[in-house]
Amino acid sequence: MLRYATLRFLSLTLSLIVASVVIFAVIEVIPGDPAAFMLGMNASPDTVAALRADLGLEGSVPARYLAWVGGMLTGDFGTSYTYRVPVADLVAERLKVSLPLAAYALALSTLIAMPVGILAAARRGRATDYGIMGATQLGIAVPNFWFAMLLVLVFAINLPWFSAGGFPGWEAGLWPGLKALTLPAIALALPQASILARVLRSALIETLEQDYIRTARAKGLSRGQALRGHALRNALIPVLTILGLQFSFLLAGAIIIENVFFLPGLGRLIFQGITQRDLVVVESVTMLLVFAVIAVTFLVDLAYAAADPRLRRRR
Amino acid sequence: MRLPVQLILGGVLAGLFLALALISLVWTPHDVVALSIADRLQAPSARFLLGTDHLGRDILSMIMVGARTSLAVALVAVGIGIVVGVPLGLLAAATRGSLLDEVVMRGNDLVFAFPSLVIAILITAVFGPSAVNAIIAIGIFNIPVFARVTRGAALSLWTLDYILAARVAGKGRARISVEHILPNILNLLIVQGTIQFSLGILAEAALSYVGLGAQPPTPSWGRMLAEAQTMIYTNPWLPVLPGLAIVLTVLGLNLMGDGLRDLLDPRLRRVRA
Repeated sequence: MLRYATLRFLSLTLSLIVASVVIFAVIEVIPGDPAAFMLGMNASPDTVAALRADLGLEGSVPARYLAWVGGMLTGDFGTSYTYRVPVADLVAERLKVSLPLAAYALALSTLIAMPVGILAAARRGRATDYGIMGATQLGIAVPNFWFAMLLVLVFAINLPWFSAGGFPGWEAGLWPGLKALTLPAIALALPQASILARVLRSALIETLEQDYIRTARAKGLSRGQALRGHALRNALIPVLTILGLQFSFLLAGAIIIENVFFLPGLGRLIFQGITQRDLVVVESVTMLLVFAVIAVTFLVDLAYAAADPRLRRRR
Repeated sequence: MRLPVQLILGGVLAGLFLALALISLVWTPHDVVALSIADRLQAPSARFLLGTDHLGRDILSMIMVGARTSLAVALVAVGIGIVVGVPLGLLAAATRGSLLDEVVMRGNDLVFAFPSLVIAILITAVFGPSAVNAIIAIGIFNIPVFARVTRGAALSLWTLDYILAARVAGKGRARISVEHILPNILNLLIVQGTIQFSLGILAEAALSYVGLGAQPPTPSWGRMLAEAQTMIYTNPWLPVLPGLAIVLTVLGLNLMGDGLRDLLDPRLRRVRA
């Protein structure tokens, strides 16, 4: 187990190094002069020169890369050019929206997908199953930002239950905060729940065909008892994989939804950074997101290896 | 042989939008570039079958040309994934366990770890928003998908007896990959291609929704939605049609993918996750 964990950790470190080089190259090397890019076409040479000095662009490319990575490792993510505050502070502020939103959407998606997926597997090949599979097929095809607009149309405009966008801040209280995140979370959860329900259904159907389920049935358990007592637990592994992936996806993937609802989250921070050409913000936040995805994958892998020794030998 | 129901249904849906896109090359009911403020925000009528938008443009015509934009972007992006990803996957499988295989697979893991939408937005922002850059941004993320599918399928074929026979006959790894492996994984690639095609349409819609896809005056479904959103209070029906176009196309392609899988490989007749 220790050997496996060490190997996985080395591979994680390597991935992070390569990822940081790629992000650095895309942002600081490819566009030519980042200072000129950030200031736009009409900037005077003096302003550009001043910003170059400000950003530390005078050094060589490897020196700048090491300075950036060194800063990231010590918690110094640089200073935002447009907001004039440390990027770390911005990220901390935005995570207060993005983390709860991702968790909310994930909880909703699991709450919907679990019963639906189990029901479809239990009623395999019958009308209920076909109905559920048809509905999830539709759920996957709906772009979440369009679904978000329809939700606004119905629940914010026709029925004044929710606001059409914005975030009052947690200072306003738990309920107003949750209320503002409800429509975005539903919009994010629909496609996720559809995917999750389909994964759960096929995993359950596969486990239900195993010999130990037949043994359990031969011992006198009903189909439902066998499903609940034996199949469900074994079907959870693929479901957990998808959940791990979805959480990191939701952190970054909320970028469009955060724009629909004008939520001050991480995705909107990146998006604004890109449109305002605030490369320092874009670079550091992208790296943080990639780190989050890689770290979640690493933890999920370790959790499996701990739970199932057979996986340690496989790569 | 009986065709799967999903394949027929999906084919009809996807075919409808493909037909609309093709017809728009030679004819649209109205000019999508010409603005006519006098005809703005009209309800559906005999003259404008699906009504007009805030600039007096015919919605039906815009949806037809939008279909062309969406399908073209997604199709070329799938092409990039196949042209680069499939050879990489074949190569990795043919040299299983080698450094090359390792590099290809770790490289794939890495691309998967990047938040794809963020990177796509980044690429289009750094290199300028355009349909071409949207294609590249979406296409890059198709490469590891095809490389992985190809490698996985090819690896299982490499253990089979007829491949061994080909090696005994003196064929090299490259020739076996092209002559024996590729034809046998074609089914799988077609199914995966359909799935990536539908994902590409969703990605294109998202990119053009935030203004980073095809630029005006070229109509695109995503931008129609973005424009409709600003008028959602006064004209709640405006966002409905472009959204439906996206949903029906993606649904059609997904159903086709499921149907093709059933048709081409009955052993895989399990509902897709």
